[in-house]
Amino acid sequence: MLAVTGVSKVFPGVKALSDVDFTARAGEVHALVGENGAGKSTLIKVLTGVYLPDAGEVVHDGTPVRFTTPLQAQQAGISTIYQEVNLVPLMSVARNLLLGREPRGRLGLIDFRRMHREADEALRGLGIRVDVRRPLRELGVGAQQMVALARAVAIDARVVIMDEPTSSLEPREVRTLFDVIRMLRERGIAVVYVSHRMDELYEICDSVTVLRDGRVVHTGRLADLDRLRLVSLMLGREIGEVRSEGLTKFTGSHHASAEPMLHAEGLTVRHQLRDVSLSIRPGEVVGLGGLLGSGRSETARAVAGALPTDSGRVSVGGAPVRTGSTPAAIRAGISLLPEDRKAEGIVPGLSVRENIALAALPSLSRFGLVDDARIDRIVDTFVKRLRIKSSGPHQKVGELSGGNQQKVLLARWLALHPKVLLLDEPTRGIDVGAKAEVQALIDELADDGLAVLLISSDTEELIEGSDRILVLKDGAVVDELTGDAVTEDALMRAIAAEPAGSHHD
Amino acid sequence: MTELTLAQGRVDRDRLLRLLQEYGVYAGVAALLVFNFAFTDHFVSAENFRTQAVQVAPVLIVALGMALAIGTEGVDLSVGSVMALSTSLLSLYLGYGPWAAVLVPVAGGILIGLANGTLVAHLGVQPIVATLALMVAARGLALVLLPQLKDVRDPGMTALGSGDVLGVPYLVLIAVALALLVAFVVRRTTFGRQLLAIGDSRPAARLAGLPVRRVLIVVYACSGALAAVAGVLATARLTASDPTSLGTLMELSAITAVVVGGTPLSGGRVRIGGTVAGAVLIQLLTTTLVKHDLPPSWTQMAQAVVIVGAVYAARERGKR
Repeated sequence: MLAVTGVSKVFPGVKALSDVDFTARAGEVHALVGENGAGKSTLIKVLTGVYLPDAGEVVHDGTPVRFTTPLQAQQAGISTIYQEVNLVPLMSVARNLLLGREPRGRLGLIDFRRMHREADEALRGLGIRVDVRRPLRELGVGAQQMVALARAVAIDARVVIMDEPTSSLEPREVRTLFDVIRMLRERGIAVVYVSHRMDELYEICDSVTVLRDGRVVHTGRLADLDRLRLVSLMLGREIGEVRSEGLTKFTGSHHASAEPMLHAEGLTVRHQLRDVSLSIRPGEVVGLGGLLGSGRSETARAVAGALPTDSGRVSVGGAPVRTGSTPAAIRAGISLLPEDRKAEGIVPGLSVRENIALAALPSLSRFGLVDDARIDRIVDTFVKRLRIKSSGPHQKVGELSGGNQQKVLLARWLALHPKVLLLDEPTRGIDVGAKAEVQALIDELADDGLAVLLISSDTEELIEGSDRILVLKDGAVVDELTGDAVTEDALMRAIAAEPAGSHHD
Repeated sequence: MTELTLAQGRVDRDRLLRLLQEYGVYAGVAALLVFNFAFTDHFVSAENFRTQAVQVAPVLIVALGMALAIGTEGVDLSVGSVMALSTSLLSLYLGYGPWAAVLVPVAGGILIGLANGTLVAHLGVQPIVATLALMVAARGLALVLLPQLKDVRDPGMTALGSGDVLGVPYLVLIAVALALLVAFVVRRTTFGRQLLAIGDSRPAARLAGLPVRRVLIVVYACSGALAAVAGVLATARLTASDPTSLGTLMELSAITAVVVGGTPLSGGRVRIGGTVAGAVLIQLLTTTLVKHDLPPSWTQMAQAVVIVGAVYAARERGKR
């Protein structure tokens, strides 16, 4: 259906793709995997006309094509769902869904009633219920992604490329997505599926292509390749090595002791949180479980002062912290690693160095003048400790890979010597290697006596990383898993323990 | 081999655009200087240089504040009106001594800036709207305080406006000193770093615990203060207070100087050296056209071309 042969693409200083062959066949779900920087994104952009390859050719339906714009690729029936949703946030859901294909009434004006009805039907068909009149940006990330998918399905796509479509979806939504993918496959559509999640790959994909350092290192049927072998191909390491290190980096439970470091009580935010209380002891990792919109991120943000609360108290080490003020929370020793790394975490145009020093600036300066020598020392320490890979401390953070950006953010907070670390999806969208490093770091920080709150939609990570899990639903704590009860099964049951939670399988 | 040459072409183009954005303004100044040395009569004289520098000083001072506002992804349209308010206050308070005549206008400028900053930081009004409101209000206030042109006859003011040290006019010295001060603030202080972070990513800055509101308010207060200083200096040079016309379209000249100097409108970056050169470039462009007997309207069109060029270079570079 869609193939590339001998494709190469060079960027200043990097050979992003070299001599890559890749074929997406009709009626087949093809996994495209590799660590960040392996060339997946570049390959997708070549397939979709964002980049022109420097060498090699793209063959669509048996004829060589030369897409010079994404529009040409779209018109040829190639539809892409990117990792970061690229729709128009201020427009309504319905307009986004039917953008460019709005039903017209007389005089060529948009027939809003019909548009809303069609959009509603299209989304219901995928099992999503939202008010299609609302601006897209008011939806959660997961729901936005489903809108993007619905849009791709609605356009008569012949090839659908999905770049980490599940990274912000809940298990229930993943089920829906997979149903849609199977439907696409039956219709004879070629699906290219990019993901870091093994379970998903093995569940939905027929064949696989592994990229590493811009080259194809393996291609074939996925069923013929076991998981460990796949991981070792991606990492370029031997199987024995991988096995001995395990699949996640968590070492297990930490010895929690003493009085709670963080104590939050009765946090309530209209429409978002109901009477949420939690406490974390030094050295303890508490996980927050629950579906999308259950209030996990909101809890973290309320504790960090980033979400104003209607009522509730927060204290650190027994001392009360003013709620609704980020600076007050930070002064008290609470640090939040936000969910949306690109929009709320990094300052993309500033250097690695400035980003690391950003929050700690007041303590790294005298009379308002920055002390460059001290900043250099701190930056140097953390770049080494967290193994941040960049061309140097003056490289812009926006140019780094996701994993390194996340490490820079962690360094920014660690430079403040926090007592409480709130991690909202710390490993989302980062490659396997960096993920393992971040997970190991979380363990290490807890061992150093930090109180850690962990939010992750990767259940495996949540289970293995947490000593204790609070399960949230509709903005309230509904269950707590401790000790041996911290299992995937128990979590699923806790989440599903209500009429609406019917996704159990 | 083709892949290499193609990639090479891409790199060259990127580099060219980057050079254009980073250093284009200096090249432009140099080119205009060379042109004038060669083809303009009476260009090479101490007197002419002094005139040029004195004329550019107020624009430059206003542009410094504008650069800070633009660095936070904002803009300050009220600067021209602040100059007018400043000149009105100056002539009203001239009777209370030279210090009052300088400090009261500057205080007035700071107050307007605080109002701008409060609207932007606390009420979330878009900078272009907030400062537009204060642009109208400050001009109105200036005219209420001093309804028509009034001569400023004061030996101190005259000295400030036309005196010099070793041939360098006070106006120029003050402008250079302020440029150095602002450059220092941007590069070396916590405030400067915070300003850039806020301009680059407001949500990230907020979550990192930066005092976003305070920084924004201080930025607009600085812009107001600098515009007021420019108003005082312009008054001293003209030896007259004219709140009707002083500072009109100054906001546009200042924005031009900042943008042409390579500071992106998208915030997160402030280039003071570029801003100085940008102000000089526009001054030289005007002079060149005037001295070669082209009508003033040409100057505006030439300015437009330069602005479009600067914005194009910035945009093309950002695309990649």
